[in-house]
Amino acid sequence: MRVAPPRREPVPATGTMTEPRARGRFGDYGGQYAPESLIQACREVDEAFRQAREDPGFRGELAELLALHAGRPTPLTPARRLSQDLGVRLYLKREDLTHTGSHKINNVLGQALLATRMGRRRLIAETGAGQHGVATATAAALLGLEATVFMGERDIERQSLNVFRMRMLGAEVIPVTTGSRTLKDATSEAMRHWVGATGDSHYCVGSVVGPDPYPWMVREFQRVIGDEARAQCAAELRTGVPDHVVACVGGGSNAAGTFAGFADTTARFVGVEAQGAAGAARGKLGVLHGCRSLFLQDDDGQIVEARSIAAGLDYPGVGPEHAHLRDLGRARYTTVTDQEAVGAAVRLARTEGIVPALESAHALAWVIRAAGDGELPAGSTVLMTLSGRGDKDISTLKELL
Amino acid sequence: MTNIATTGPVEQHLRARRDTGRRLLMPYVTGGVTAGWTRYLAAFAAAGADAIEVGLPFSDPTLDGLTIQQASETALARGASTRRILADLAETGDVGVPLVASTYYNLVLHDGPKAFCAALRRAGVTGLIVPDLPVHEADELADVAAASGVDLALLASPATPEPRLAEIARRSRGFVYAVSLMGTTGERATLPASAAELTARIMRGTDRPVLLGFGISTPDQAREAGRHADGVVVGAAVMRRVLDGAGPDDLRAFLATLRRALDQE
Repeated sequence: MRVAPPRREPVPATGTMTEPRARGRFGDYGGQYAPESLIQACREVDEAFRQAREDPGFRGELAELLALHAGRPTPLTPARRLSQDLGVRLYLKREDLTHTGSHKINNVLGQALLATRMGRRRLIAETGAGQHGVATATAAALLGLEATVFMGERDIERQSLNVFRMRMLGAEVIPVTTGSRTLKDATSEAMRHWVGATGDSHYCVGSVVGPDPYPWMVREFQRVIGDEARAQCAAELRTGVPDHVVACVGGGSNAAGTFAGFADTTARFVGVEAQGAAGAARGKLGVLHGCRSLFLQDDDGQIVEARSIAAGLDYPGVGPEHAHLRDLGRARYTTVTDQEAVGAAVRLARTEGIVPALESAHALAWVIRAAGDGELPAGSTVLMTLSGRGDKDISTLKELL
Repeated sequence: MTNIATTGPVEQHLRARRDTGRRLLMPYVTGGVTAGWTRYLAAFAAAGADAIEVGLPFSDPTLDGLTIQQASETALARGASTRRILADLAETGDVGVPLVASTYYNLVLHDGPKAFCAALRRAGVTGLIVPDLPVHEADELADVAAASGVDLALLASPATPEPRLAEIARRSRGFVYAVSLMGTTGERATLPASAAELTARIMRGTDRPVLLGFGISTPDQAREAGRHADGVVVGAAVMRRVLDGAGPDDLRAFLATLRRALDQE
């Protein structure tokens, strides 16, 4: 029940989350800070993407893959028991119910289809927890492409089941043994590999990061989350639009896709980062992996390793559009601890019968906290993207609980 | 014709040497890689280097192969930073040839391009290479570098299409860094065919010195590269030896073999 309308601060209604300005700029962020050897390849991706998105044939083919292979549209589930406990009306956008179990498949199907259009025969990808790697291996198998996935040695140890899944799907998984041996280094290694393979390979970046056009291309492929949720909210909610739209943020692709569907509404955006990987909340201006954005750095300007229980949030930066949305005040970014995330995962499991990915549990942890301390006034409507299912985290949780 | 306004300190030096018919040699060392790392600089100069590239190590060197990655990690683990390396250079003083810093753009942005270039200049560094700063993103740094008296050299790649290649040659300062192949830094068995094609394409549009880098590791490769370019950059072949424990005298002997090969052409 709606008790009192929550106070709204003015939000910029439009002018955000459209196409970036020239040279892939979101305000001061974004751009194309890539080696000269990759610039031509980035331009080819940009050109192909711009053509494809205007092409009804491409759009139809992608929509069909998303429906028949990935299982879209995903439901909007009212979290009834948890909502009652919290005194807010919480709706979950169920990306956990997609094929391969997370939102990653939306982007990957788009890029894989684009790669075939460009005549590429192989996909290159980086992966942290393995969700993007599994999605890439899946799309490659589906479309008859090869897949080469770079994964940090430490993540390979932590996520052995996903490594097996990728190999079963026919992908080559290459361990990355340099640096912190996690997602950041897997991304560096994928870029190095692409420099030598631009002729026949497409680099399938997994989040809204990287050189232009990746940040907005990936957001556009993830926009399906927000577009579906917008229509579902319009049908479900008396107000048509939720008061708050909440998503977890690593690089920020599920958040970007969700926010994009509500960019022209009065909904307030909240991105939730892991405390040890808070690029948007605590990063400094920098350049990494092709874009200008906010990154965790030490006093000498070296990139600091991120640390999170959720491997998918374990990235020391954030996509450039999120940095821009933060500066505009259009979205705000907050953090929760590992412990809060684990608590939220358990609570969702026991109230709604859904075991979320630990990444998604971060978004929920903020909802729980904000409902408790009044930041979310009683009766507020909240749309939260449940970006993935928790199967991959069972062994992590087993050790903790 | 050479416009004097676009000819900075590194370029003047390299042009003068090149115009005597000499093939140029620019060895690389990762700053801070060993305790007495600046002693390599004098050894390089004594071996006949025409300029020396000093790497300011970055945590995420996305265009570097394993050797330079390891050198960067080693230096950072020893506590190397831009500030300390530049302090070391200031203390070392003039080594007789220009010093060219190379680093990733994050370290330039850290204190801002203006403060960064001023710090380079104070340390006696007059050239700069930033491999993740392509020409269309370079405005912010290029003007500041020029005003500070630092030559910002741009990289050209075998994949660079024609009108863009001319723009890179036009806007580059000091020299044009021709990347020999589609790949990362690191030693290679042979000089790829793409090297000669690229240098020929660059030299059709500019008389600025063109240095060929990536993969050049042996005297034979240096000799062959010298047929196509004004000179060579040698990084991984130097740093592998440094990482294996070779001292300044060993490197001097190695670079002297490259010098002789270049002079034979």
